[in-house]
Amino acid sequence: MIGYILKRLGLALLVALAVSAIAFFLLRLSGDIAMAIAGEGAREEDLAIIRETYGLNRPLIVQYLDWLWQTIRGDFGTSIYFKTDVSKLVLDKLPTTILLGILALGFALLVSIPLGVLAAVYTNTWIDRLALAIAVVGQALPNFFFALILVMLFSITLRWLPVSGSATWLHFVMPTIALGYYVAPAFMRLIRAGMIEVLSADYIRTARAKGLPARKIIFKHALRNAVVPVVALTAVQLGFLLGGSVVIETIFALDGLGYLAYQSITYKDFPVMQIIVLLLSVVYVLLTLAADIANAWLDPRIRVA
Amino acid sequence: MRLVRRFLGQKAFVIGAGILAVIVALALLAPLLAPHDPYAQNLALRNVPPVWYAKGSWLHPLGTDQLGRDYLSRVLYGARISLLIGVSVVLISGIIGTTMGLLAGYFGGKVDLAMTFLVTTRLSMPVILVALAVVAMVGGSLWVVILVLGFLKWDRFAVVMRSATQQVRSLDYVAAAEAAGASTSRIIMREVLPNIVPHLIVVATLEAASAILLEAALSFLGLGVQPPLPSWGLMISEAKAYMFFAFWLIAIPGSALALLIFAINLAGDGLRDVISPEGRA
Repeated sequence: MIGYILKRLGLALLVALAVSAIAFFLLRLSGDIAMAIAGEGAREEDLAIIRETYGLNRPLIVQYLDWLWQTIRGDFGTSIYFKTDVSKLVLDKLPTTILLGILALGFALLVSIPLGVLAAVYTNTWIDRLALAIAVVGQALPNFFFALILVMLFSITLRWLPVSGSATWLHFVMPTIALGYYVAPAFMRLIRAGMIEVLSADYIRTARAKGLPARKIIFKHALRNAVVPVVALTAVQLGFLLGGSVVIETIFALDGLGYLAYQSITYKDFPVMQIIVLLLSVVYVLLTLAADIANAWLDPRIRVA
Repeated sequence: MRLVRRFLGQKAFVIGAGILAVIVALALLAPLLAPHDPYAQNLALRNVPPVWYAKGSWLHPLGTDQLGRDYLSRVLYGARISLLIGVSVVLISGIIGTTMGLLAGYFGGKVDLAMTFLVTTRLSMPVILVALAVVAMVGGSLWVVILVLGFLKWDRFAVVMRSATQQVRSLDYVAAAEAAGASTSRIIMREVLPNIVPHLIVVATLEAASAILLEAALSFLGLGVQPPLPSWGLMISEAKAYMFFAFWLIAIPGSALALLIFAINLAGDGLRDVISPEGRA
C-alpha cells in the first residue's frame, strides 16, 4: 500500500511539473506579455523598458525556472490588471468557487442517486424513462443555454432570484442548479448501471430469500456497493465542475476563481492566467490522487496494478 | 432480453441518425434553402419576432436579430459551422489520439507509460480554460478554435484505442501475422486498426458532440468564432442583451444546438449498444 501511494505520488508530482511548464510556455508563446502590459499600439522604446524591468529579455527557460521557483515558494507575482498580489486575489476568490463546487456536486448527487436507484429498481417503467429523459436532456443542453433559461424563468418571469452577483445565498441558487445539472447525467447513468448489476447478484437474492424488506435490501445492501465507482467518477466530475465554473460564474458574475479566470483572460493578465491554470490543474491532480488512494484502500486488487 | 435491448438500441440509433441526417442535409443545402443572405442587415427590421408571434410574418419565419438579419438563414448557416467544428476537431484529435493509443496498446511497457503520463497531464488541465486562454492570446477565428480543440481533445481516443488494441493484440490472428514475419507497421495498419474501427466510430461521435458544445461555449464567451459568422453559441451571446423582450433570439439557436447534440449522442449511444452490447454503462 505504501509503495502504491509513493508511486502515485511521484506520478502526481511529475504531472504537476509538466502542467506548470505547459501553462507557462503555452501562454508565453501565444502572446506578447510586454504588449499586454503596455497596451496595444505602445512605442517600441516603452516595450523595451518593460522587457528590461520585468526581465522578459532573458531566455524563456530561465524565466520559467524563475517563475516556477517563485511559485513554489508561494510568491505568485503581481496582477497586471488588478495591480494586487495574485496570491491575495486567488485566496479571495477561492472560497466562492469551492462553495459553488460543493453545492453543485451536492445538487447533482441529490438528483442522481434517487433517480438512478429508482430507475434501476423499476427498469423499463415510466420512472426509468423519466430518469433517462432527464439524463439525455442534461447531456444535450449546453450549460450556458440552460443558465439563461433559468435566468429567464426565475429572474425575469417569476422575479424570485437575482440575476447576477454573489452577495447572498440566493445568488448561488441558479449557478448551483446550472452547474449541478451539467454533471448529474454521468452520475445517474453510473448509479443505474451499478444498481442493476448489484441487484442481480447472489447476495441480494440471499437477502431477498431471508425475507428482508425491499427498502432495506436496496439501501443497506445494494446501494452501498453500487456507490463505490461513484467515488472515482466524483474526482473526474470535479474536474468538469472546475471547467464549467468558468462559464457559469461568468454568466452570473459570481465572484469566484472561474470568473477571475475569464477576466484575466480577457484582460491578458498573464500572471493571473498562469496561476489559475496551474492551480486548477493541481487541484485536479490532488483530487484524482485522493480518489485513487481511496479506491486502493477500498479495493485491495487495485494496489497490485 | 438481449435481443430486445439490442433492438431498442438500434431504435435510438435510427432516431438519432435520422435527426442528424436531416441537420446535415439542411446545412449542406443552406444556400438553396435560406430565404435571405445570412449577413444582410436591415436596420429597419430589427428583432422581428418569429412567425408564430402576432407580430411575426412569413417574410422572416424565425424573425430577425438585433441587426435585422434573417434568423432562419443564420440558423441554417450556423449548422454548417457546428458540423464543420465537430468533423474537423474529431479528425485532428482522432489522428493524434488513435496513433498514441495504437502505439501504447501494441508496444506496452515504456511507450504505454509515456502515454499514460501524457493523458494524465492533459486530463488535469481544464479544456475550456486552456482553450479560452490560447484563443485570447492568438486571436479568435474558426480555424484557431478547430486547431486548439483538436490538439486538446485526443485523450479519450488515446484511452479507448489503447485498451481496444490491447484486446486485439492478444488474439490469434495477430500472433499468426507475427509468426508469418509481417512487419510491425503492417500488423498495426492491416490487422489491428481495422478491428478497432467500431470503437473509433463510437468515440468519434461522442467527441464530436463535445467539441461542438465547447465551440459554442467559447463563442458564447466571445473567445471563439468571431462575428459576423453565424455560430450558434455566438448568436446566443449577441442576443443576451435583448433576452428580456426577445428571448426567442436565445431559444432558437440554443434549441438547435441541443437538438444536434441530442441527435449525435443518441446515434453514438445506439451505435455503442449495437457494437458492444456488454459495454453498456
